[in-house]
Amino acid sequence: MNWLSYLPSLAQGALVTAEITFVSIVIGGLLSFAAGIARVEGGRIPAFVALCYTEIFRGTSLLVQLFWLYYALPLIGLSFDPVTTGIIGLSLHAGGYGAEIVRGALLAVPQQQLEAARALNFSRRHTLFHIVLPQSLVEMMPAFGNLAIDTLKLSSLVSLISIADLTFRAQSIRNLTLDSTTVYTLTLIGYFLMALVLAAIMRLIERLVRRGAAFPKAAHA
Amino acid sequence: MAMQSPAAVAEAAAPIIRFDGVTKRFGALTVLDDFSFAVAPGEKVTLIGPSGSGKSTVLRILMTLEPFQEGTLTLGGHGYHQPGGAGAFRASEKHLRAIRCNVGMVFQSFNLFPHMSVLRNITEAPRAHGVPRAEAEGRALDLLGLVGLADKKDHFPAQLSGGQQQRVAIARALAMRPRVLLFDEPTSALDPQLVGEVLGVIRSLAHEHDLTMLLVTHEMRFAREVSDRVCFFNKGRIVEQGDPERMFRSPEHPETRAFLQSVLA
Amino acid sequence: MMYGLAWDTSTPLAFATSILPILLIGLTVTVKAALAGFAIAIVMGLVFALLRRSRIRAVSWTTAFVVEFLRDTPLLVQLFFLYYVLPDYGVVMPAFLTGVLALGLQYSAYTSEVYRGGIDAIPRGQWEAATALNLSRLTVYRDIVIPQVVPRIVPAMGNYAVAMFKETPVLSVITILEMLGLANMIGEQTYQYLLPLTMVGLIFLLLTLICSAAIHQLERRLPKAGVPLK
Repeated sequence: MNWLSYLPSLAQGALVTAEITFVSIVIGGLLSFAAGIARVEGGRIPAFVALCYTEIFRGTSLLVQLFWLYYALPLIGLSFDPVTTGIIGLSLHAGGYGAEIVRGALLAVPQQQLEAARALNFSRRHTLFHIVLPQSLVEMMPAFGNLAIDTLKLSSLVSLISIADLTFRAQSIRNLTLDSTTVYTLTLIGYFLMALVLAAIMRLIERLVRRGAAFPKAAHA
Repeated sequence: MAMQSPAAVAEAAAPIIRFDGVTKRFGALTVLDDFSFAVAPGEKVTLIGPSGSGKSTVLRILMTLEPFQEGTLTLGGHGYHQPGGAGAFRASEKHLRAIRCNVGMVFQSFNLFPHMSVLRNITEAPRAHGVPRAEAEGRALDLLGLVGLADKKDHFPAQLSGGQQQRVAIARALAMRPRVLLFDEPTSALDPQLVGEVLGVIRSLAHEHDLTMLLVTHEMRFAREVSDRVCFFNKGRIVEQGDPERMFRSPEHPETRAFLQSVLA
Repeated sequence: MMYGLAWDTSTPLAFATSILPILLIGLTVTVKAALAGFAIAIVMGLVFALLRRSRIRAVSWTTAFVVEFLRDTPLLVQLFFLYYVLPDYGVVMPAFLTGVLALGLQYSAYTSEVYRGGIDAIPRGQWEAATALNLSRLTVYRDIVIPQVVPRIVPAMGNYAVAMFKETPVLSVITILEMLGLANMIGEQTYQYLLPLTMVGLIFLLLTLICSAAIHQLERRLPKAGVPLK
């Protein structure tokens, strides 16, 4: 039963993976809204800046981005530990994809809702925050759920910039023991379980948003 | 309209709505062609005509939902115009908002906010414009009473029938106390058995003598009953207008006659 | 020196021009891997989608689980799994093939969902009409399902192809010398990482933008008439 002896180390790695994933999802989420709203409502210059940001981070590989940040940040005088670099890379990447989710959902709000808001003489800001965002938030949630899972999976790449996450631990153990089957099977199961938990959390948030926005599913009374 | 105050009579000389040579194009299609039209304060005007004749466009321009290319629109003393065929609004957002203060609109498809309760739908605009919550809610409850839905204040739009939703939409439009209320085919999206309750509410509003109403509808009998004036629209022009009794009894223009025959048959 | 090509580190511009041919050799590997992986994803995705529709519960549930598992675990770990575990059981293959297989398997989980969505979007009435006309299952798929589903799924498939292209740098960890792997090797030998990495990023960005624009064009040209689904 030597597989039990791998568990403590793998569990430590899983904790690092969970932490990095969580922080990146939160920061990435904030970036998503900032860039997504800027693209739809920001005026010409903010919209262009947001467009460049999303295209660059969606158009290149996360792994290339991570290596690039790893080598580039010190050159401009920003020396971070690998964990911070990993979180910056993952957050920027998630934010780029999330911005497209936010943009799509904002644009999907029916035109009639905007007309009604205009007929009631709401300001643009009021329309955005009280009419458009509450309705589109519900639409965004399933896509954000997928983005969260993607972020968890992609977090494995930070092992390649020497962060001791779950994948990194697995590599270390396998190099010591050469017991590939056991180590990688456990690792895959570990990620799968974390993904299930993450999906459940995202569904819970979706339900809270749905209740917050108070969309009764009931048909016509 | 019998009991008008002297002030109202004096003001009636200055129209609350005036279109001066307004031209509106959608691409190559001219929807309104050099359109001029005026409505006196408190007047109830119904626009009738075949679909696509431009009657809804008149309301949408008034509500500043559509830009127009030529001419001037004056609404409650605020002028607003688009010289030189520019496709976009030239007036600043601030100016447009000043214009919109005078106008409310009831849409064909209700357009209630699905994520807000009935009460919130009605109080949202007053509260956004600085009316204290208690006062906004008091006003909303009065309006809900007026449209006969006081017991539905905590429901959500999806829980209401189409007729009830439209009555809430009317209350919502009234909550900002507009001087002009626009109705864009308010009963066209409703099942036939629900039309009556909405018309009933509009009919009771028609008795408010200082509320100006502009109504686009296919309900001819109703138009005859509530309007001070009926305008027959065809191809972006007013072909004929006048007192509803006369318009429906003895239309003068052959196009009007043909249209009325087809819809009243 | 690499592939007989020497680099010149005297100025950044000279360095960039001297390593560009090397990176472009890496790009051919990247493209080959993405294309081969995508071919696997298209076939395996369809297999998964059809197995999932199986009337035998055990088959459809197992397939659903496998797809979910592939989708919820990192490509990198799947890659390590195939690379290190398969040889333990006597399955030895070139690293390139392992890499392509991992890419294809991961993405087949995604493409199977695309197929499923496309097939599910066909209204029930059409299946019933096909039954009423006594068409064979083969005919139904060939004449009813595929002509309606394919135009609908092409854009989504194209987007996954691009996504896959962007994930190929992961293959560098199992010694495949695609663009990123070469850039890192150049970095190790010249101690200049930033320029090669920036160039790799720009090449990816350029190609991704072109591909996305092409997919967008394709999407607009696809027949919309006669595909009145939902």
